[in-house]
Amino acid sequence: MSHHQVAGLLPAPDPVRFVAEDGTAVDPPAGYRAPADEQLAEAYRLMVLGRRFDRQATALTKQGRLAVYPSSLGQEACQVAGVLALGADDWLFPTYRDCVALVARGLDPVEVLTLLRGDWHCGYDPAAARVAPQCTPLATQTVHAVGMAEALRRKGEDAVVMAFVGDGGTSEGDFHEALNFAGVLRSPVVFFVQNNKYAISVPLARQTAAPALAYKGVGYGVRSEQVDGNDLVAVLSVLTEAVRHAREGGGPFLVEAHTYRMDAHTNADDATRYRDDEEVERWAAADPLARLETYLRERGLLDAAGVTAAREAAEEFAARVRDGLNADPETDPYELFDHVYADPTPQLREQRELLAAELTAPEE
Amino acid sequence: MTAMSMAQALNAALRDALRADERVLVFGEDVGPLGGVFRVTDGLTKEFGEERCFDTPLAESGIVGLAVGMAMGGFRPVVEMQFDAFAYPAFEQIASHVAKTRNRTRGRVTLPMVIRVPFAGGIGGVEHHCDSSEAYYAHTPGLKVVTPATVEDAYWLLRDAIADPDPVIFMEPKRLYWSKEAFSPSGRRRAPGFGQAVVRREGRDATLVAYGPGVPVALQAAEAAAADGVSLEVVDLRTIVPFDDETVTSSVRKTGRCVVIQEAQGFAGVGAEIAARVQERCFHSLAAPVLRVTGFDIPYPPPKLEHAHLPDADRVLDAVDRLQFDDRPDVVHLSREAS
Ligand SMILES: Cc1ncc(C[n+]2csc(CCOP(=O)(O)OP(=O)(O)O)c2C)c(N)n1
Ligand SMILES: [Mg+2]
Repeated sequence: MSHHQVAGLLPAPDPVRFVAEDGTAVDPPAGYRAPADEQLAEAYRLMVLGRRFDRQATALTKQGRLAVYPSSLGQEACQVAGVLALGADDWLFPTYRDCVALVARGLDPVEVLTLLRGDWHCGYDPAAARVAPQCTPLATQTVHAVGMAEALRRKGEDAVVMAFVGDGGTSEGDFHEALNFAGVLRSPVVFFVQNNKYAISVPLARQTAAPALAYKGVGYGVRSEQVDGNDLVAVLSVLTEAVRHAREGGGPFLVEAHTYRMDAHTNADDATRYRDDEEVERWAAADPLARLETYLRERGLLDAAGVTAAREAAEEFAARVRDGLNADPETDPYELFDHVYADPTPQLREQRELLAAELTAPEE
Repeated sequence: MTAMSMAQALNAALRDALRADERVLVFGEDVGPLGGVFRVTDGLTKEFGEERCFDTPLAESGIVGLAVGMAMGGFRPVVEMQFDAFAYPAFEQIASHVAKTRNRTRGRVTLPMVIRVPFAGGIGGVEHHCDSSEAYYAHTPGLKVVTPATVEDAYWLLRDAIADPDPVIFMEPKRLYWSKEAFSPSGRRRAPGFGQAVVRREGRDATLVAYGPGVPVALQAAEAAAADGVSLEVVDLRTIVPFDDETVTSSVRKTGRCVVIQEAQGFAGVGAEIAARVQERCFHSLAAPVLRVTGFDIPYPPPKLEHAHLPDADRVLDAVDRLQFDDRPDVVHLSREAS
């Protein structure tokens, strides 16, 4: 590989940025186009919706309606941009962290929360939505994304696959195997790292000695970029370029978004044990939603009525989530045996009968 | 009919599956131009092109994960793990995704894929090349686990596995790769269906239950016992999962005695499961405890010592001798009285 080729793969030394923390525009690096105004308005609407959804899910967890909830607070720009960069025929491979992306994709919010509410399955129909089941074993979904991209390519579809992964997930072997496979096969995949600075309690510095996670692409021949993950305009611009690159046969693309997990890892975690309030406050000042709102208002793309409309829609959405989750889900213990295999084995049939006998036995 | 080796029968099964269904793909390490280290994929890239039979980078988790994504995308991947112990890097993908995806999507996403694993010893292989890893897979709900013992079964069980709607771990006994039988893939199918065990040899006095590399050992033992007037029945499981309780229990109910044979180390192995199932279902028909003949609970030994580890016909016959034919005259089996 020549120096020239290496340079073509390397990320910019600083994260790509279109909008400063105070909402004012800055000059982006060459090669990235600002998204269309309508797309930014749509992104704003979805971020307001996503944040309200996230707050609602967190509240319902405190009330015991969800078993556990990993919050997206602070990462809405990443998750909304990831979805907006994709077309309806593209596939998304999300993690447990990405519920806001799923509702932005238009999935039913109660279905999205099925697993987290304590059921055994993912709730939605992955093939219909072209969204894989949310993945918990870290980075394992990144290789599935490559496989799906290869399947789509072989079928002659010009669809792209986007795999979400966390900063901690980039240390897993599968992440590296996925980059390597995608590089060799030139698969139409975008790897999107939401670097929220922590893997549960472990800070980024204990995860890697790389200058940035985006540098992990070059060793696999994968073009890479880093972006300010709290700048919706920048994330959407870079991901749109990455998707275009993959769709047009340029091969895989790795994007690292620098963001921050504002809440604890999940409701069950105590973040005060490993990070201080000042750090959290510093990141609060870089809030992605406030930044986009200021930017859009200053450019005349959003007015007070638009803000109110977005908030009202989000309130309605939250009410739907509340109603949906306050109803007790119907769970059928016998269905536990139904989807282990296409047809239950004789042994599973016996066990199902055993359970039926237990459940229908008269109380003593 | 000409003689064909098990490796050739597996090759024919892959070739015929690739011809029959364009969704079938073959990939793994060295499976392309080389044809696999055991030549099971010989000639497939040449006939079907690189899109359908190809070499991947050297990473087992990636290979299986790639297959998961491709199966989600509508293909039927057949992947090769080069050797038993080198499938371990893929275990997370197998246990957490291959096995569970149907369940965690409520049947909406299915993974019709096959993971071929050359397994077990007896070929003078060095460390990491001779593991009997079937129990890890058989213990995992959602996987089907297959081990052919004959050339005919190698062909048909692989065709069945590829056509199956569920993921199948297809365990190929390395030492049987070169065993030959008169067999023609284009002939009429005689092999029983997927999930059915088969009685390979009928007998009256005791049942030997075996699978994969243990089956020829069982048959050898039965042959030797016959010379001594002892009639042993041999059941070949063919599929460990699904498990055919019916064939096993009806044989043991008939003979009243049972020895389970497995090459793998014994502790917590498939043989333990079989022994327990037989005992639970056939207690009143049993004239003696169910015995197991297995490898020892040691890492697979070096080539010079594998003969000491591997269950052979003598070890099986010793176990048969311990089936209390004489200790308890009150329970001497009817068939022996009759003979
Ligand atoms: C293979 C694996 N190991 C450990 C875990 C437990 N675990 C769940 S989330 C998590 C941290 C992941 O951090 P990161 O990838 O940065 O994602 P984030 O949670 O920050 O979105 C860990 C260790 C897991 N889910 N999978
Ligand atoms: Mg993280």
